[in-house]
Amino acid sequence: MSAPAPTLSATSPVLAPVAWKTPIMLSAIGLLSLVFFGFNGSDQSATFGISTGGDVFTLPDLVVPGIATGIVLGLGMCVLAGYSIFLAREHRPTPGWVPVVFAALFIFAFLVWVVSGARTPQISLAGLIAGSVTLAVPLVFGSLSGVLCERAGVVNIAIEGQLLGGAFSAAIIASVTGSPMLGLLAAAVAGALVSVVLAIFSIKYVVNQIIVGVVLNVLVSGITGFLFTTVMQSDPELYNSPGRLSVIEIPVLSAIPVIGPILFRQSIVGYLMYIAVAAVWIGLFKTRWGLRVRAVGEHPKAADTLGIKVNTTRFVNVVLGGAIAGIGGSFFTLVAIDSFTKEISGGRGFIALAAVIFGRWNPIGAFFAALLFGFADNLQSILTIIGTPVPSQFMAMLPYVVTVFAVAGLVGKSRAPAADGEPYVKG
Amino acid sequence: MKLELQGISKAFGSFYANEDIDLVVEEGQIHCLLGENGAGKSTLMNVLYGLYEPTAGRILVDGKPVAFRGPGDAMAAGIGMVHQHFMLVPVFTVAENVALGAESTKAGGFLDLEVTRRKIREISDKYGFDVDPDALVEDLPVGVQQRVEIIKALVRNAEVLILDEPTAVLTPQETDELLDIMRQLKANGTSIVFISHKLREVKAVSDVITVIRRGRVVGDAAPDAETTELASMMVGRAVKLTMDKDPANPGEATFKVKNLTVTSATGQRVVDDLSFEIRRGEILAIAGVQGNGQTELTEAILGIQDRVAGSITLEGRELLGRSVKQILGAGIGFVPEDRTVDGLVSDFSIAENLVLDLYDKAPFAKGISMRPAEVAKNAAARVAEFDVRTPSADNLASSLSGGNQQKVVMARELSRPLRLFIASQPTRGVDVGSIEFLHRRILAERDGGTPVMIVSTELDEVLQLADRIAVLYKGRLIGIVDAGTPRDVLGLMMAGVAPTEAEKAHQDTPDDLEGEIA
Repeated sequence: MSAPAPTLSATSPVLAPVAWKTPIMLSAIGLLSLVFFGFNGSDQSATFGISTGGDVFTLPDLVVPGIATGIVLGLGMCVLAGYSIFLAREHRPTPGWVPVVFAALFIFAFLVWVVSGARTPQISLAGLIAGSVTLAVPLVFGSLSGVLCERAGVVNIAIEGQLLGGAFSAAIIASVTGSPMLGLLAAAVAGALVSVVLAIFSIKYVVNQIIVGVVLNVLVSGITGFLFTTVMQSDPELYNSPGRLSVIEIPVLSAIPVIGPILFRQSIVGYLMYIAVAAVWIGLFKTRWGLRVRAVGEHPKAADTLGIKVNTTRFVNVVLGGAIAGIGGSFFTLVAIDSFTKEISGGRGFIALAAVIFGRWNPIGAFFAALLFGFADNLQSILTIIGTPVPSQFMAMLPYVVTVFAVAGLVGKSRAPAADGEPYVKG
Repeated sequence: MKLELQGISKAFGSFYANEDIDLVVEEGQIHCLLGENGAGKSTLMNVLYGLYEPTAGRILVDGKPVAFRGPGDAMAAGIGMVHQHFMLVPVFTVAENVALGAESTKAGGFLDLEVTRRKIREISDKYGFDVDPDALVEDLPVGVQQRVEIIKALVRNAEVLILDEPTAVLTPQETDELLDIMRQLKANGTSIVFISHKLREVKAVSDVITVIRRGRVVGDAAPDAETTELASMMVGRAVKLTMDKDPANPGEATFKVKNLTVTSATGQRVVDDLSFEIRRGEILAIAGVQGNGQTELTEAILGIQDRVAGSITLEGRELLGRSVKQILGAGIGFVPEDRTVDGLVSDFSIAENLVLDLYDKAPFAKGISMRPAEVAKNAAARVAEFDVRTPSADNLASSLSGGNQQKVVMARELSRPLRLFIASQPTRGVDVGSIEFLHRRILAERDGGTPVMIVSTELDEVLQLADRIAVLYKGRLIGIVDAGTPRDVLGLMMAGVAPTEAEKAHQDTPDDLEGEIA
């Protein structure tokens, strides 16, 4: 990301190339925002609720005028774009904070614009954020699975299948045994089993990892779909009523405005998510195990010459990743809704894959990327409810548009593990 | 520690890379394995290091037979190896690389890199390595990366250190430093197996020399043996190491490069304000350590580099900004540095490879159809002319040995009238016998009146072919000097010292030290 500044020698007439991509992109978005969100904004005010009912103390709502806020934020973006152009003319790269601040301004301008233009110009910010976290839970688990596999050098396209397998197993086992906790366990086992197939074919038999992954997704979708119609629908009372994992509120802490519901009012799956993110991060970057995993993903031959068993390491990581994604799958059937339906994961495994890349193969980065996608997902459903000027079909595209832009444009030149996707064959 | 190999054979399918090899490495000795590329030296060492399992034979450490199932076993037995292609993770720090596989940990498996850093500093101080434990490996120069590899072995208490072609990537000065390090290690009781095909270095540092040819030991030699004797043992017949060539008879300068600057994608100048000329009938050799802008320079001339500024003219016509096809059409023959990647299509036949840039011209094409008979005729002629050893020109290019592949590339590029000939690393990985042949063809092209540019990181080759030598360092031209310039002056220039200063330093060097280098 931080390219070394080119040295300018007095003798040469040639200057370093000017990087115009970022300034042009920022200018275009900045001007469009100014016009659309500012001058074309709504004359209503937008109201953002900060507190929810259960909070210990209540913060006042944030009320901002539509047009004025749009113009101010639009001008702010244009100033940043201008700064970027100035730097480019000086042959200097745009520093990393500029796009981040720019994106924050853009998101807020967009929010003010849609909310102020809605039939009921009011949303709960706390609800928006808490809902984003909830929707992000399966994405976070899925992306952790991706991080674990890809850091060891195996591309995991099968996250979708692992989530779906987890969701199905959680539903049926919890229904039959009557214990959601056993369902949670079954989800991890199912995810791991999907991964075992991936690991055997891609590591032992050196089949193309992308193809195995895609085939696994189709396979899991087919099997769960078949069992759903033949078994579950034959007796939904017995096979498809898992019951929910209850929300565990941590006293006092859960009553803090905004962050209380996010951190301290979660189901066990939600708490597991935070634990898993921290554990994977610490594991990868602070322990002997992590050092070896990363070496295997970067330069398997070097690891081999130091006596590290490359393929065993990969196998373990892929299976572990599958188990984590499986737990994420249980969220669908044990937390969100208490029953299984066909394709309940709805392509979130692929969004999780995008979160891996956007998060630069780092568990914490992937966590925030997943939150962003969850935010986009939640925003579109809330905005559809309050009745925005934008057609709901376009709003439904939002999470995917954000995904494409995030992965393509904003992430810059991120570097995948060097041996990602390359099988290791000795000799 | 005494290390013995008894009757080691290693077969890949029906091909024997090593056959019945006996070798004894005594404690505190530098034992050299001398042999050409492909003679089986590296395979033997990979067997010794546990990377390959031998087909037959056994390994003895201090008289006791051992079986290595993997590198871990070899390391535990006190064997360390510095591979030809470094086994370092580029995005890790020095400490992380050194720790990997033998990590010091606190409770719970947490890394304790402080212990590793301390060990690195100890070894670094002892041998004067000057290595920062927290530097990222990818940011380090090759010479320092090599020291990291040595530290890796020493941290694991290696008593026998295998160095596989360690000088291939070093400047002459760095090579001298490495030879000094090897002597120090030896003085501290470490045995060294030194794999090389460079006679000068082998003679300078070895205690015992074992020569390997085609997977077999052909005999031992003393370090004071004659160079020609070692060379003929290595090749299997008498070879002439120095080639007589007629003095150049240069004409007018037809190829001119002016203020050429190439910028990399990250904004660094990889070729920096380069200006030079080549005359008809002379060879300009571009010398320098690998990665100092040579690749970008040749690619800029050929038109496959973006972000190029300046001017490149051939017989008055500007080449910059033209397509590769136009540039080749202007009469440039180009031998790329890596024949397997850029020089040949390995899944095409030899005959097809011989017309890769001519397939659409008469007589090989007529309208939209190709004329296979003409292609075959051409192939037969070139194979005979360049002595390409193959049963048939219809065999795949990948079936040829390195030397014969290079002959195919050279044959194609020299098969049409040229106005400029560029050869990058013309004899890298080529057997000694073929080197002589390829050099003669290049000289013949020069004598025919073509301006020739040779890019080589091998000083021997530069000295053998060049009429003038241009030295590149960090993309800049350090200077252009005559062919008669002494080796160590060139060596200093390759490290970035200006020619006048390098000359001065050379004159100040006492004679005995110089003898050691040469």
